[in-house]
Amino acid sequence: MARRRGGRPSRGKATAEKAAKTATPKEEAIEVEGTIVEPLPNAMFKVELTTGHRVLAHVSGKIRMHFIRILPGDRVLVELSPYDLTHGRITYRYK
Amino acid sequence: MVTLKSPREIDLMRRSGKITSRVLTELMKAARPGIATSELDRLAEHGIRQGGGIPTFKGYNGFPGSICASVNAEVVHGIPGSRVLREGDLLSIDIGTTLDGYVSDSAVTVPVGAVSDAAQRLLEVTQECLTIGIAQMQNGKRLGDIGAAVQDHAERHGYGVVRELVGHGVGREMHEEPQVPNYGKPGTGMELRPGLVLAIEPMITQGRPGIRILDDGWTVVTADGKLAAHFEHTIAVTDDGPKILTLRDYGEHPGIERYRPPREAIA
Repeated sequence: MARRRGGRPSRGKATAEKAAKTATPKEEAIEVEGTIVEPLPNAMFKVELTTGHRVLAHVSGKIRMHFIRILPGDRVLVELSPYDLTHGRITYRYK
Repeated sequence: MVTLKSPREIDLMRRSGKITSRVLTELMKAARPGIATSELDRLAEHGIRQGGGIPTFKGYNGFPGSICASVNAEVVHGIPGSRVLREGDLLSIDIGTTLDGYVSDSAVTVPVGAVSDAAQRLLEVTQECLTIGIAQMQNGKRLGDIGAAVQDHAERHGYGVVRELVGHGVGREMHEEPQVPNYGKPGTGMELRPGLVLAIEPMITQGRPGIRILDDGWTVVTADGKLAAHFEHTIAVTDDGPKILTLRDYGEHPGIERYRPPREAIA
């Protein structure tokens, strides 16, 4: 009985593709300052950027590791993905 | 995970393969105009159980039959039923046996009565594809060599190679790693080593290679409605080259005889 092809087509090819992807330099994220507007579940925040845009941002792992609390009104540094400017990653909370 | 089989395990698979090839031979002879595919299925289950085996397909992911019976534009996985074979049909019979926990899997496409020259030609080329694929199963060759050899032979004759379905490793399970496509590039893919047991099964179409799956969730048909053929063997890679564990003494491709397992190994 023939098997339905599925999953990775072949290991060799998949790893070759992955290698090609990691070899290209990572696209740079755009860093912007913003102010926390509203805390959301799952460590997400609504952030108003200095440019006036409102984006959804999650907290970077490093900030979580150090139990840095982020409250509404805090000024933060947000990294925006160049692909999706409505989602970001909080990388720093200003004192 | 790919498992290599010990000589003892390969011997067990060969015993399983003997039942598969014996029953398949009976079915090939029974496939005449006027017989329903459900009747062939009944014969198959009876033959397998009489040999002490279990029909591997029955209940596999809910498959209802002991064989797959695929007629004309059906490529593989046809469900046996009330369909009555007619003169000029092409019937693919796919059968698997589990004996003492080890699976063997084999298929042929046979003409029902007299068929057109074009259909006969498709059968011959597909069977040649299988033989050519098997010839690639040498220690140190790669999976891509098998696929490339099959693809080259089929496309040279203007036929299509089905991509969505592939051959597979065989052992305790019917479908083990690796997947064995009937297309590929020489020198790529996993290296073949003694103890690797594969089911190679070229599925070759008269027209374009595209397929469709019917609403029954199983039957695979050619998208353009043209004929398809399918041949399959379970083969072990050994130090002395490929050994076919499901070889029949009826209706084989003439060039395949050299891959017969050594007789002394069959206790």
